[in-house]
Amino acid sequence: MTGTELLPGASPTVAALAVLGVVVLEAGLLYAGYGVLEDRLGPVIFRRIAGR
Amino acid sequence: MFGLLGLTPGLFALFVVFGFMVGVFFGFFGMGGSFLVTPALLILGYPAPVAIGSSMTFVFGTAVIATLKHHDTGQVDYRLGALMFVGIALGIEGGSRIVFALEMLGVAEAVVGIAYVLVLAAIGLLFTRSALNGDDEGDDEADDGDASDESGGSSGDDDIPAIAQKVQSYNIPPMMTLADGQTASLWTISGVSGGVGLISGFLGVGGGFVRMPAIYYVIGTSLAAAVGTSLFTGLLSGGVGAFTYGRAGVIDLGIVTALLLGSALGARIGSGATAYVNEDDVTIYFGIMLLIASVAVALGEAAAWLSMPALDQFSFVLLVGSALFVCATILYHGALAVRRERGTPPSA
Repeated sequence: MTGTELLPGASPTVAALAVLGVVVLEAGLLYAGYGVLEDRLGPVIFRRIAGR
Repeated sequence: MFGLLGLTPGLFALFVVFGFMVGVFFGFFGMGGSFLVTPALLILGYPAPVAIGSSMTFVFGTAVIATLKHHDTGQVDYRLGALMFVGIALGIEGGSRIVFALEMLGVAEAVVGIAYVLVLAAIGLLFTRSALNGDDEGDDEADDGDASDESGGSSGDDDIPAIAQKVQSYNIPPMMTLADGQTASLWTISGVSGGVGLISGFLGVGGGFVRMPAIYYVIGTSLAAAVGTSLFTGLLSGGVGAFTYGRAGVIDLGIVTALLLGSALGARIGSGATAYVNEDDVTIYFGIMLLIASVAVALGEAAAWLSMPALDQFSFVLLVGSALFVCATILYHGALAVRRERGTPPSA
């Protein structure tokens, strides 16, 4: 899916900004999502590694 | 979901794994995105504009994630990064003009190819030599030292390479105070930024593999701050590149999303590892990887000149294989460091 497909009929600048917006949103969500995962699983993984 | 992204499940999984590897590099070294992703997409048969545009957008997204992670540990010098971005943007313009001039002479491809190989080899040698010297000098410290102290942004004179100390000794005003307390001449920062931009624009690459060493060796920040600041600068320049390609409508969001899914995790692990892993343990492998990359790029160029696609595929395997090896080394040393640290009783 390209910016043009995301917003059919939009100007190239708007389509490019929409792509950037989607990527920033994805990056933010993934950062937060993996952050929660890290907080929950991090200590367990660290204990496992230390215990080996 | 796969239909929405326009990818088969197999390709989606491949991109996620590949993104993870690139993310570890990005988080740990502050570089390593475009020179791995673009050739991979080209080998998979994507048209060059889609490969470059999607790669640049992915690098932008990963830079956002890795910068956020480095921000948490205070390893980003935003003022230096923003200032460098201006110089880099001007340098890129200059570099691209040189390429156009060479193109008119009909020698652009050959000159750029040779320059790329030489730059990769030179930086690889610099890293390898520095790591070997660091090992020799730092053995005693490593025996009783705590690895986390070394990459946590300490800014004693021992952390600054000799070449940077030499450059810093020329105190040509105006001077700028860096986030880690060091000072650097604005002339040095402008020169470094312009030079990095020139190389980036000339070679047509993101330039992280030039930017980070330049910040570390010439401006003279700690390695951790150089990585964080390089990422922030990459975020700004990647954003501009993604916008430009986005306007042309050639960014494939499916590829970017799949790669980001893997790189977001990899970047967290890579960034986190900088706080545990002794730099010298991994830097030498990175130097060797850049040396192998220079051979791979040389083979790729030779493949184009000799019209031998098999040689091109071999160069890609060499590039990805060496990158995989260094990625595994970072994870291995990270696990060892965590084990060492957690096994040591806390000191009073």
